[in-house]
Amino acid sequence: MVPLSWYLILSAVLFCLGVLGFLLKRNIITIFMSIELMLNAVNLTFVAFANYWNAHGGLLPSGKPVVGLSGHVFVFFVMVVAAAEAAVGLAIIIAVFRTRETLNVDRVNLLKL
Amino acid sequence: MVHQILFIIFALMCVAGAVNLLRQSHPINSALSLVVVMASLALIYLLLGAEFLAAIQVIVYAGAIMVLFVFVIMLLNAGAEERSTGSRIALIVGVPGALVLGVLVGWIMISNNKLLGSVAISPTDFGETHFIARLLFRDFLLPFEVTSVLILIAIMGAVVLGRKES
Amino acid sequence: MTENLHLWAIPLLPLAGAAINGLLGRHFKNAVVSTVALFFTAMSFGWAAWAVKSAWPGGNIALPHTETVGTWIWAGKFTVPFGFYLDQLSMIMVLVVTGVGFLIHIYSVGYMAHEGGYYRFFAYLNLFMFFMLTLVLANNYLLMFVGWEGVGLASYLLIGFFFLKDSAADAGKKAFIVNRIGDFAFLIGMFLIIQHWGSLNYDVVFNGVSQLSPEAGWGLLTAIALCLMFGAAGKSAQVPLYVWLPDAMEGPTPVSALIHAATMVTAGIYMIARSNAIFSRAPHALEVVAIIGCLTAIFAATMGMAQTDIKRVLAYSTVSQLGYMFLACGVAAYSAAIFHLMTHAFFKALLFLGAGSVIHAVGGEQDMRRMGGLRKLIPRTFWVVTIATIAIAGIPPFAGFFSKDEILGQVFASPHGGKILWAVGLLTAGLTSFYMFRLWFMTFFGELKLGSVDVGEEAHKASAPAHAAHDAASHAHGHADDQSHGHGGVHESPWIMIAPLMVLALFSIVGGWVGVPASMGGHNEIGNFLSPVMHASTTAKIVAVERGSEAAGHQTEEPKENSSEELMLAGTSVLVALIGFYFAWLLYYKRPELPDRITAKIHGIYLLVLHKYYVDEGYGQLIVKPLLALSTVVFWRGVDQGVIDGLVNGAGSASKGIGGELRRIQSGNIRSYAAWVAIGGAAVIAYMIWIGVAK
Repeated sequence: MVPLSWYLILSAVLFCLGVLGFLLKRNIITIFMSIELMLNAVNLTFVAFANYWNAHGGLLPSGKPVVGLSGHVFVFFVMVVAAAEAAVGLAIIIAVFRTRETLNVDRVNLLKL
Repeated sequence: MVHQILFIIFALMCVAGAVNLLRQSHPINSALSLVVVMASLALIYLLLGAEFLAAIQVIVYAGAIMVLFVFVIMLLNAGAEERSTGSRIALIVGVPGALVLGVLVGWIMISNNKLLGSVAISPTDFGETHFIARLLFRDFLLPFEVTSVLILIAIMGAVVLGRKES
Repeated sequence: MTENLHLWAIPLLPLAGAAINGLLGRHFKNAVVSTVALFFTAMSFGWAAWAVKSAWPGGNIALPHTETVGTWIWAGKFTVPFGFYLDQLSMIMVLVVTGVGFLIHIYSVGYMAHEGGYYRFFAYLNLFMFFMLTLVLANNYLLMFVGWEGVGLASYLLIGFFFLKDSAADAGKKAFIVNRIGDFAFLIGMFLIIQHWGSLNYDVVFNGVSQLSPEAGWGLLTAIALCLMFGAAGKSAQVPLYVWLPDAMEGPTPVSALIHAATMVTAGIYMIARSNAIFSRAPHALEVVAIIGCLTAIFAATMGMAQTDIKRVLAYSTVSQLGYMFLACGVAAYSAAIFHLMTHAFFKALLFLGAGSVIHAVGGEQDMRRMGGLRKLIPRTFWVVTIATIAIAGIPPFAGFFSKDEILGQVFASPHGGKILWAVGLLTAGLTSFYMFRLWFMTFFGELKLGSVDVGEEAHKASAPAHAAHDAASHAHGHADDQSHGHGGVHESPWIMIAPLMVLALFSIVGGWVGVPASMGGHNEIGNFLSPVMHASTTAKIVAVERGSEAAGHQTEEPKENSSEELMLAGTSVLVALIGFYFAWLLYYKRPELPDRITAKIHGIYLLVLHKYYVDEGYGQLIVKPLLALSTVVFWRGVDQGVIDGLVNGAGSASKGIGGELRRIQSGNIRSYAAWVAIGGAAVIAYMIWIGVAK
């Protein structure tokens, strides 16, 4: 019997590491990967709660019962969106690389006021 | 007992992979660490009874998205990161912020430990594919179709952005 | 039954004329402008005459007759109506203003014929009539104050009519500003009245005053009276606020005649006469009025003796005569003051218009030392000015004698230092006669000295303003050829200018005959006519008669004397006038070298008087300079630039500074943006925990 909170704490730790990666790394691709890490942490939370709701049941505020499985569906959609985002994001990175010739995110500061 | 041990092993694998992602300077190493994280997360999903999702995680995330990342790294011939201090704010403000965030969330979880209850591995048909399919094609049909449009747009965007200027 | 006389039309007709001429006059020919102006003024005079005739005592309409056209201010219990008030006093005033005003309008058509800004002149003149009529017909102090301020405005506009000349513009400003000082005191008086009686309507206030018991409200009434008096001193050019009137001669001569002789300067006297109920209950204020009037009279008379510009002599003469009227009010002889106001309007307007005719004839010269021998050259002007001079000197049976004699008689009989005031007044009468005949001799007798006489150093310096005025007047007068007129030099004025002079001369002769006292076989019609207005506070009168004490008593009644005393006093004043004439004849006709020898002997005193006792210079040093320094250093540099600009600019630079600091968040660096997001997220979660949403 693993307490649910352990899963959630793991998720929080992964999220935190993702944020730290975003802040500390200078390669733009690595930053992108940290974003993927954050998304995965959130997925873990959803799955954990799906299990919780399935085990305990409950009512939505509108009166209908909570379907635990909808947590899985949500994760499904997150993955789809993550895939799309990864595709487009990497395309952008390639475009930026073509103009700036660098993958160092500190050099891409053309929006500076 | 077994459950707990399994969880701890997989959790450690996960965290180790994430930490390694941060510590490596070459992006390809970071990408491979991320694959390790995704694989261990798939195993954790199995512990939580989400069979379909575990499979999807491996196929889509580790198999497609990460491969895409690796392709791009190879295409751009990304080398090891250089050391530059572009932003002091990121270090001074961001790192404490992130840490505080993590600690707070963790603290909430811990203090509500009793409420959350616990998870057990039990032979249920909880995360089975046909149940998810039923939900997906019945209750969540519209979002499903919309995501297909989204993917189409993403494809178009990626093609346009990735094209060479002629 | 009281029929409606539509008194509001009397002021509004000239206003219509002013509006038409002011807005559209630019496009009219001169003839159209003058027709419009004369038409509305004549209508106003006609209406006023009809109203007076309808409301004459003994007819259908009860006096005082009030007409209200609407409410102007309504603030809780305090209301101010657009009310018009017709009683014996305002009847005399309205007839004098419209009548003399109309004559001067006719004169101006001829005098200003060659001037630029013709339409502007008549617009301002009509505007002045509107305000002056509002002043005399108002039934409450506030509407009177509207007229009061308005005539000050019109005076400023007309004095500075030749606004391209610096001295004229400065004179206009000086008049307005000095008037404002008096107006400030007037306002304080009005505030005190509002505070005590809650209204500014004459009937409410005067009834309220008469309700007060004899000793009660003594201090308050004295304060109100002194404030009103100070306001009147500003408008009627008394010491210490007379300094604007001599400089006001920069304006065209008809302006000097209308505003600074016949009507505007009499507004102060009218106000005091109207407020006689208040003044009669404040004997100390009355003493102050009398002393100021007396002081002004003799002060101005001495200054008039040394002036060489013909208009300046008349200006000082006006100040001196206003002093007489003030003196009369000061001994509670209000009807005598109004009587003198009326006769003075006739002969002073005539003098000014005549002087204008003289100036016109000699082509713009205003210095009397260059004139002379004009008797034969401009005979009609000579005769009318002679009539006016005899009138002002106070020689019977002309108008000035009766009114001046009435004043001196009342002063003599006043128990408060009356004899001293009378003596000074008598001396002033002598001086008046002297300097007026001096003017007469210098202008009309001897030989014409135009341009050929060097007028000497000191006098040259002293009359430098007059000199500059004369120079520019000759330019502004539109005569390109300086001395001659193209057809033979000195010539008589056209009939359009002479005709009003003749009418005024007639009134200067017969105008005094309405006030012939009983001792000389008359019935003092004007005194009896005005008595219902002047004895407003009957309670006080009764109390005065019972107690017979000086403090409350003597000021409420017009002092009485017996007949033989009256005749003696009359004889004395005629004698003094003749002595003045003798000295003028001696010094300026028989032995013209004497004045220079005399002034050489009393050189110091002569210089003092010539420079008008250095009063203007004194005011400049004592008041104007410190005020200017205060304004520059404290208000301009300190408050305006330092505080206000500092605040505004400071707000701007503070915004700039904060913006500059905030700008640094937008560094363009992705990692710093992420950092801010992270800490923001942490803050939000911490807040949610803190308020208990997330536990």
